[in-house]
Amino acid sequence: MSLFYLVAFLSILFSLLVIFVKNPVYSVLALIATFFTFTIHYILLNAQFLAVVNFIVYMGAIMVLFLFVLMLMNLNKDTEPVKSNLLKIIGVVAGGSLLVTLIGAINAIQTSEVSKLPNSDIGLVENLGKVLFSEFLLPFELTSILLFTALVGAVLLAKKDKRTQNG
Amino acid sequence: MEVAFLIEKLVLVTVLFTLTLTIAAYSTWAERKVAAWLQDRVGPNRAGIFGLLQPLADGGKMFFKEEIIPSGANKWLFIAGPSLALLTSFLGVAVIPFGQDVELFGRIVPMQIADINVGILYIFGVVSLGVYGIMIGGWASNNKYSLMGAIRGASQNISYEIAMGLSIIALLLVTNSLSFKVIAEQQHGLNWNIIYQPLGFLIFLVCAFAETNRVPFDLPECETELIGGYNTEYSAFKMGAYMFAEYINMFVSSAVMATLYFGGYNYPGMDFVNETLGATWGPLVGVAVLFFKIIAFIFFFMWVRWTVPRFRYDQLMDLGWKVLIPLAIANIVITAIVITVVDKL
Repeated sequence: MSLFYLVAFLSILFSLLVIFVKNPVYSVLALIATFFTFTIHYILLNAQFLAVVNFIVYMGAIMVLFLFVLMLMNLNKDTEPVKSNLLKIIGVVAGGSLLVTLIGAINAIQTSEVSKLPNSDIGLVENLGKVLFSEFLLPFELTSILLFTALVGAVLLAKKDKRTQNG
Repeated sequence: MEVAFLIEKLVLVTVLFTLTLTIAAYSTWAERKVAAWLQDRVGPNRAGIFGLLQPLADGGKMFFKEEIIPSGANKWLFIAGPSLALLTSFLGVAVIPFGQDVELFGRIVPMQIADINVGILYIFGVVSLGVYGIMIGGWASNNKYSLMGAIRGASQNISYEIAMGLSIIALLLVTNSLSFKVIAEQQHGLNWNIIYQPLGFLIFLVCAFAETNRVPFDLPECETELIGGYNTEYSAFKMGAYMFAEYINMFVSSAVMATLYFGGYNYPGMDFVNETLGATWGPLVGVAVLFFKIIAFIFFFMWVRWTVPRFRYDQLMDLGWKVLIPLAIANIVITAIVITVVDKL
């Protein structure tokens, strides 16, 4: 239990750093650390597959791309766009309303009973696969179609750019 | 029981750590010897017999050189880069089974640090983390060549990870398990996975070269275009750390390839040997066999380095995206169809 509190503290610390650090590259590095603490959370929950996929996809691929883009644009403190006061106010209002919504949502949830998994080994690859491909086959396939659409869309966008350049 | 378990794992970790370091150090020596042999030269022969003390001399040199941190560099990240590269390169060793269970002092000792049931995915994750060392170091150097090297490293790693993952999926269809231990056990005798997955192995091999940044895919440190690439600004032991990380990566990927496709510690006639030599020495012969395979793979890495010229950057991307990924997908489809047909028969 104490391990959970340590990891939870670290997640919150690193996610705050993501917001408060000035240098964008530091921000991304803090985000990577945040994802790493999430991986530890998953392992503590006995969800090994989710943990390792989070590790590969978020830490290993998506954040590399984030870092890649930042380095390519070479953002520094000097080149960071200065935000006007209006933008800051809008940001505060939007963030505040999100916070209110979240607090309302959490309040609405019944927290009197601790929810328990019917099978605590559900997070292991074999069990997860069996559940995904039997009980949740339709949502699973729909998700794959959604991802495929996004993929095709990305390729299409890249192609369109090229055509206007040539013609 | 608990204490004995801890001691057992501690000893195993220490031995493997030392072995990895020794092999990495002697890889630098072997690389120069192999290069010399392929180019009809003598190679290092001044320090000790056959130049065998050369790695020690090189290591000492690295320690005593002046550490330079460029004035425009980001100091913390400049140090974090090589540290991360070295750290992530070691992580992979933890899940590789180096042999069958050995009976030592009346205890059955598994020759694997951790048998996690998602071992292959773990290796995959560690490999994808490896690029951070290069990226952070290259960016923190505040040098355009380093930055170019770092960006190349990132895009190369991401591109080849896809093909590598797809080739592993085909292998998983055959093995039905993500655990290295199970996969190694399945390849008992000469029942190696290379027989079922020749194309998958070829794809994995090419991707391994790209992921370890070895010639012909060493574009992140391509000397002719980028001076030294991501490690241009590095000197002394930080440079050494990058170099060491590369050799350790080579060792780990050789071990992974040997375990996944070439039977790991299995060899024909192992049952007979195990019976004759008993439960202690029999499995240790298997460990020696695995190390022989690993060294053969490391030699192959070096052989390729001194034989094949470096790819151009667009050729690298074409090979990754237009050749390896479609091939890997075809491999998955063919494997799946064959397995289904065989199951139905």
